[in-house]
Amino acid sequence: MVPLYDSKFLDDTFGNKYAFRLYASALSLSLSRSRFWVYLDQVQRTESFCLNSGKMIRLFKVKEKQRELAENANGKPPVKKQSPGELRLHKDIGELNLPKTCNIAFPNGKDDLMNFEVTIRPDEGYYLGGNFVFTFSVSPIYPHEAPKVKCKTKVYHPNIDLEGNVCLNILREDWKPVLNINTIIYGLFHLFTQPNYEDPLNHEAAAVLRDNPKLFESNVRRAMAGGYVGQTFFTRCM
Amino acid sequence: MADSVAPPSRSRDLDKLLLRNGNLVGPNFEPGAELRDDLQEYARILVVGAGGLGCELLKDLALSGFKNIDVIDMDRIEVTNLNRQFLFRVEDVGKPKAEVAAKRVMERVSGVNIVPHFCRIEDKEIPFYNDFNIIVLGLDSIEARSYINSVACSFLEYDSDDKPREETIKPMVDGGTEGFKGHARVIMPGVTPCFECTIWLFPPQVKFPLCTLAETPRTAAHCIEYAHLIKWDEVHSGKAFDPDDPEHMKWVYDKAVKRAELFGIPGVTYSLTQGVVKNIIPAIASTNAIISAACALETLKIASGCSKTLANYLTYNGVAGLHIKVTEFVKDKDCLVCGPGVLIELDSSVTLEKFINLLEDHPKLLISRASVSHRGKNLYMQAPPVLEEMTRSNLSLALYELMDKVAKDTIHVTGTTSKDGKKTSCLRKLRVVFKAIDGVTDMDTAGGA
Repeated sequence: MVPLYDSKFLDDTFGNKYAFRLYASALSLSLSRSRFWVYLDQVQRTESFCLNSGKMIRLFKVKEKQRELAENANGKPPVKKQSPGELRLHKDIGELNLPKTCNIAFPNGKDDLMNFEVTIRPDEGYYLGGNFVFTFSVSPIYPHEAPKVKCKTKVYHPNIDLEGNVCLNILREDWKPVLNINTIIYGLFHLFTQPNYEDPLNHEAAAVLRDNPKLFESNVRRAMAGGYVGQTFFTRCM
Repeated sequence: MADSVAPPSRSRDLDKLLLRNGNLVGPNFEPGAELRDDLQEYARILVVGAGGLGCELLKDLALSGFKNIDVIDMDRIEVTNLNRQFLFRVEDVGKPKAEVAAKRVMERVSGVNIVPHFCRIEDKEIPFYNDFNIIVLGLDSIEARSYINSVACSFLEYDSDDKPREETIKPMVDGGTEGFKGHARVIMPGVTPCFECTIWLFPPQVKFPLCTLAETPRTAAHCIEYAHLIKWDEVHSGKAFDPDDPEHMKWVYDKAVKRAELFGIPGVTYSLTQGVVKNIIPAIASTNAIISAACALETLKIASGCSKTLANYLTYNGVAGLHIKVTEFVKDKDCLVCGPGVLIELDSSVTLEKFINLLEDHPKLLISRASVSHRGKNLYMQAPPVLEEMTRSNLSLALYELMDKVAKDTIHVTGTTSKDGKKTSCLRKLRVVFKAIDGVTDMDTAGGA
């Protein structure tokens, strides 16, 4: 094949004991739980026997027989896999410490933490009195990847576009696995108290905020009350 | 040529490893024809992925004498695969990779039996994966590796001394390539670091700020991501973008070209669009060949014991010259996926509330305000109030009942722990064993009976 394998390769720490465990592992196949222990018992005896006799072939053959038996045995317990992302999210959620202005809901019930909604009700600034709903979708490899966050409420905002895309640095380019759901929610809350025209996603709204804050304020009120700002209709969210 | 000369044995190269002893073999290595024949007959290998690495792996494993191989892949063959996925031909385009790859290798290597599975890895029941002795990975995503790793680690059991039970270890050999770079690693759950132990080593994906895409694009990739992430939703409200649909890809390409013209940015091409949207790094056939050769050899070493295995992570870099290095990564002893967790023995009458109180005093845990989950079910959540309310009624129930009366299982707890007077949050894995449940208390001694 390729000239990769020099002594460096071979000078490693593991011996061939794994070969034995390898073939024994098949013995612990998909048996129902109560039967499993019985087989484990047999496996261990067989293994020590084989190790003593130094004949791997016996193990192989026992393994194959056990596999056939296992195939005949019905009633495999259904196993739900919990991804590492789910476990870490469980920690984030269990430690949530939200301000009174933020609320979290789990539309799919208490056992689906991977998809949830956060409602933000700003208590100061331009957006005082509005209700803004964000959907969170968390990947199985969280926190290696940031959650996907969208704003479900149509909002007149320089950093949130009319499709609900959010320009928040920690959701994309500045995401780090040490951050958590709490950080993101605080980040979103911050967008409502401190909208900024320097990172615009809604170009028009950003220009108005920069050039005419008074007009921006009245546009925001009009949008939140339900009505048109320019050509765009906003549904009421007060 | 004289007729009397016997044709060379098909396994003459393999025989040098399997029929002779040597200084580098493991202590229990028993060379001989029997070993060779048994390897062929009884070792069952699963190859995950039938793409660039998968094609190479199937060929290498078949030629290394393995006869019982399964391959799983959810993809169909595309024209762009043909330059390196050498088992496929033009007329195969559109057919499932796993099926064509299995068929082609079986045509060329007599005696090998390859069973294809044309489905997602998540579609298979967990016990399916336990049918194999070794799982070899030829994947291209962190998600898929993480999934297979957690499945393989779920078979692992520890004894009361926190030593992994050898018969429950499911070895994995993981290969990966990106252009001229690649890696091969051996994962023995419970012995060497699992995928999750070292996941932090992966660099974060490059993600452009949305506002840069919307306002100040500077590169061709910015224009493509604008069309893909912002423009698509604006025009096709509600319709999901499908990266495998050529019409969708063409639409994104056209919009990206327009945007690039607007900002005077050169370099938007259809293949770059595919590359940016699908996160594709050009694959190099020779890298795949080198990495899969390393993986196939490790598989042979694990199965036969003809040599010690790689310890435990090989990196290959062929960008400038050639560099190969083997690094021995260390296990994370508290790994949630492969670690033993803290063993706790409980009476089957213990309520969830009592259990949570118990964690505060447990010398190895000292966790206060614990939230508890079991196999994806949240038994109790301290926060937020909405979940606390939904799970509060569980507190007075017996943990044994809440865990579906399974005598021995893993649960996870999160909470606050005090260390040197400092409070830190933690997430821990626990192995709960219920006392006085028939058949379990005797388990640890059964082997020696």
